[in-house]
Amino acid sequence: MSDRLRPRWHILVFLAPAVLVYTAVMIFPLFNTLRLSLFTEVEQERVFVGLQNFRTLFGDAIWSEQFWNALGNNFWFFFIHMVVQNPIGVILAAILSHPRLRFAHLYRSAIFIPTILSFVIVGFAWKLILSPIWGIAPSLLDAVGLKSLFAPWLGKEEYALTTLALISVWQFVGIPMMLIYAALLSIPEEILEAGECDGITGMSAFWKIKLPLILPSIGIISILTFVGNFNAFDLIYAAQGALAGPDFSTDILGTFLYRTFFGFQLQLGDPHMGSAIATAMFVIILIGVCIYLFGIQTRLRRYQF
Amino acid sequence: MNKARRNPLNTAAAHLILLTYTVIALFPVFVILINSFKTRKAIFREPLALPSAETFSTIGYETVFKQGDFFLYFQNSMIVTVCSLFFILLFGAMAAFALAEYRFRGNTLMGLYLALGIMIPIRIGTVAILEMMVATGLVNTLLALILVYTAQGLPLAVFILSEFMKQVSDDLKNAGRIDGLSEYTIFFRLVLPLVRPAMATVAVFNMIPIWNDLWFPLILAPAEATKTLTLGSQVFIGQFVTDWNAVLSALSMAILPVLILYVIFSRQLIRGITSGAVK
Repeated sequence: MSDRLRPRWHILVFLAPAVLVYTAVMIFPLFNTLRLSLFTEVEQERVFVGLQNFRTLFGDAIWSEQFWNALGNNFWFFFIHMVVQNPIGVILAAILSHPRLRFAHLYRSAIFIPTILSFVIVGFAWKLILSPIWGIAPSLLDAVGLKSLFAPWLGKEEYALTTLALISVWQFVGIPMMLIYAALLSIPEEILEAGECDGITGMSAFWKIKLPLILPSIGIISILTFVGNFNAFDLIYAAQGALAGPDFSTDILGTFLYRTFFGFQLQLGDPHMGSAIATAMFVIILIGVCIYLFGIQTRLRRYQF
Repeated sequence: MNKARRNPLNTAAAHLILLTYTVIALFPVFVILINSFKTRKAIFREPLALPSAETFSTIGYETVFKQGDFFLYFQNSMIVTVCSLFFILLFGAMAAFALAEYRFRGNTLMGLYLALGIMIPIRIGTVAILEMMVATGLVNTLLALILVYTAQGLPLAVFILSEFMKQVSDDLKNAGRIDGLSEYTIFFRLVLPLVRPAMATVAVFNMIPIWNDLWFPLILAPAEATKTLTLGSQVFIGQFVTDWNAVLSALSMAILPVLILYVIFSRQLIRGITSGAVK
């Protein structure tokens, strides 16, 4: 009880550094960015303009076309991740989690290697491999008799974004694999054995017992992917540059924000329009996180073993 | 284990799938590495062949060492990563201890406040961060990067570490208190050593994204003296696009440090992920 009366300075000392750094470098700039989106610069003075920037962003033909293009591309980028990355991750994890599979740790470590590489390496490495000049991709396709399928994928408007999304999937498949692997390992043996007694084995054991039990993990992976995709930037920048070519077909919100904020070629950088785009990204991510927290997570049943 | 879930055909199929995917995962890295040691002609004539006595060449690496200051970039990346990890762990553990150990008004609220940053990416605030760094004169310093990465890493660190700190036995801490140890001594001498595995997990989780980040070095510290390895190789490769030897060598040099770190820490990393630290 005497604790209550004495001022407990040590709590403050323990909390202060983290709270100060976090508030000053993360929370304050975040809200300051939201605030800056309501201003603009007139003759080197910062003027309050209310929602004018957003009216430009959504109303002005040049801006809104770019914005919706970037947003649409971003959704496609996310969609590819969801339909390719998660199933591959689940399949790999399901195979790896088989008891007594030999070399499991070797496979696991090897498949995780792309995840630790930087976007710069990944972007350039794939750019070289897919390059028609070098000819690795065409000659590989030739080896399996599919040479006619080859196209300079990163250079064609209709394929470039999907190709980049698949490269990103290639890089990050290790994360869903690991998380689902962990979830599968935590399923107690008794449950699977009980299923076996009822004649549920093999594939049906996976669909009927394991999959429902790992749904919460798939939910977490989905929201992590969503947040990651909607502030992605590095891969597109490394592979296609700030202009997100060809002809903006790979432009996503991150590259759009970068171009607006810093300018490119003849257009000058505009921090206030940049803030407006950042605010839009903030709202989109917030909506996604809320849908997950209130719409999905609460409905997924969690089992305690 | 019973037979129903094991048969040789399944095992072979399992290995086949895993092997195929392993090849897909490693192939690009392998191609880059072998070609960085070949002559320009050999790179194009036989891209998939290993370097032989005739085709072996280190001309690419020579260009990289002559043109780019990769040791400086490496050193910058090292300083930024190590300092950021140090502050994330120290400040994160201190805050986690305060939240896990003491009951005070606003405890839950403070926990929620710190957890906000887990889901919201710090990049959203870039415009204001740059403005702040310009105002404080921190642009083009490594300190700016260290501050940003520390702030970025703290939320998850506090979250994970406080879960672990709650498991440290109260008896131990109370015994320390009876012996007259101060709260600080209890934290540094008794609690910290016990949560070392969790600290390692947090460190490994944060290490890779910090080392690989391109966005903040590009925006906050693009000067030659403060380039990190990721930004340095990006700029270098951009300048030497047509010099394939140099590009491949630069890529290999950027891959190697991460690969070495991974070999050292992969067990820690995989154990961290699979132990459910991120549930």
